[in-house]
Amino acid sequence: MLEIGLSHYLAVAAILFTLGIFGIFLNRKNVIIILMSVELILLAVNINLVAFSVHLQDLTGQIFAMLVLTVAAAEAAIGLAIIVVYFRNRGTIAVEDINLMKG
Amino acid sequence: MLTLNQLMPALPEIVLACTCMALLMLGVFRGDSSTRPVSWIAVLALVVVGIVLTSVQSGRMTAFGGQFIVDDFAHFMKWLIIIGSSFAIIMSINFNEQESIARFEYPVLILFATLGMFMMVSANDLISLYVGLELQSLSLYVVAAFRRDSLRSSEAGLKYFVLGALSSGMLLYGCSLIYGFAGTTSFEGLATLFKGLGGTGPSVGLIVGLVFLIAGLAFKVSAVPFHMWTPDVYEGAPTPVTAFFAVAPKIAAIALFIRVLTGPFGVLIAEWQQVIILISIASMVLGALAAIWQDNIKRLLAYSSIGHVGYALIGLAAGTEAGIRGILVYMAIYLAMNVGTFCCVLAMRRTSRMVEGISDLAGLARSQPMLALALAILMFSMAGIPPLAGFFGKLYIFLAAIESGLYTLAIIGVLASVIGAYYYLRIIKIMYFDEPAEAFDRTLSGETKTILVGTTLFVTFFIIRPDIVVGSAETAARMLLAG
Repeated sequence: MLEIGLSHYLAVAAILFTLGIFGIFLNRKNVIIILMSVELILLAVNINLVAFSVHLQDLTGQIFAMLVLTVAAAEAAIGLAIIVVYFRNRGTIAVEDINLMKG
Repeated sequence: MLTLNQLMPALPEIVLACTCMALLMLGVFRGDSSTRPVSWIAVLALVVVGIVLTSVQSGRMTAFGGQFIVDDFAHFMKWLIIIGSSFAIIMSINFNEQESIARFEYPVLILFATLGMFMMVSANDLISLYVGLELQSLSLYVVAAFRRDSLRSSEAGLKYFVLGALSSGMLLYGCSLIYGFAGTTSFEGLATLFKGLGGTGPSVGLIVGLVFLIAGLAFKVSAVPFHMWTPDVYEGAPTPVTAFFAVAPKIAAIALFIRVLTGPFGVLIAEWQQVIILISIASMVLGALAAIWQDNIKRLLAYSSIGHVGYALIGLAAGTEAGIRGILVYMAIYLAMNVGTFCCVLAMRRTSRMVEGISDLAGLARSQPMLALALAILMFSMAGIPPLAGFFGKLYIFLAAIESGLYTLAIIGVLASVIGAYYYLRIIKIMYFDEPAEAFDRTLSGETKTILVGTTLFVTFFIIRPDIVVGSAETAARMLLAG
């Protein structure tokens, strides 16, 4: 029987984190997908924190995870608000159209 | 039992938080007509916070179970942040009215960002570090997109948000790895742990975590290779906001960088020194070269600030008391130079519209000689020409680098500042020797003029009493490294 240990949780978190990073850089379609990728990164962090917390028998990690959840909600709200403002001005939220200033 | 006395070290932050919420309420009930009073109350609140900061301060104190630390270093940095934030509010009052974006949220958001920066500077635990950083970043995303009917401003906000969220994510991933492999999030705990390691060295997980943490912080100070957002955000955001971005958040992020690397990770200097040296060289060189081809003054100042961060990081790479002192002096002078320069940028209005091209400055010496003189002094100082303040900032940094044997870094730094001098001097040449363009409107408010005169005088006469800044920077650096 396969024992699910710390390293498995860390592997899942690492995969999610990488997916999130790639989601931000490879996606050319929609800003909403970037928002989802950011969320994916933060959730990977949460998995890490909770797995470590259980492994170390220490509550700090879970408290940290709670704070990350709260901040992630605020971040998503502000991100959506900025996207709405941008959409009103530009009429599109396709990533390839965000090119008014070169960078 | 939590007694009121244990909260005393955090009194400035508590005052600031209460003022923020009170001003928010005032604004909600009185509407946008209250923008002017709210702005001035916000400035007043910052002054009061400064006074409270000075009166509470006595040595090294912690609060909230060791999550929050106050020492001379935090004190010094907080004063710089207070100055940067209050100038940003004062400069914005007239500008926002002219551009009809005068809304009371602006000073309130700046105050919230300031509160976040205070938390960053005083962070003594990975959790408080993250919360402070996010409080600052979330306010800044909104301020960047503050002119919400402008495509440029909202695009700046969107870019800043996406890249900022990514950097927070990386920083956080680093924090989670450090927590997991060290078993603690407290800076003191980490420092004790690393000291106890002896010759074995830290585990790979810790090093990976540290690298992610450095990447996230490098993003916030906009050091190369994490600088891509800076020129776009600087160009798109309204000018007073850009002035704010160029000073206060950068000072807070540098402070956080210093505290994290010299505090808990101070023992591991061998692991991070190379990374910082690389980042520093890349930032100096890119800041010097990329700015040459810019024709928008805000973009140029963005590259210039990337370069300045590179110089400041030299002091961090040295990792010594002299290096930290150098950074503190450098940031104080950087604050004065940038605020002054942005006051001049605010003066660039023609037929009631902002102009931002460098060529628009042509012949300024004839139409507004005093403004041209002030900008020329500031540009000479940024280029690091003695006897102006900018020279001393660089001097202390390079001295520290040479004392620590980082000769290559010091030489590259000097070369980069020589290249950088080209584009600063080009601005002066355009102002004094080019065919005059149409004159600017004389709309600069009295307060902004006062700030401009004050910063220019500081930059010019720094040489007479350098010990005022240098002395307090020295005590701050000593206390940081002693702890």
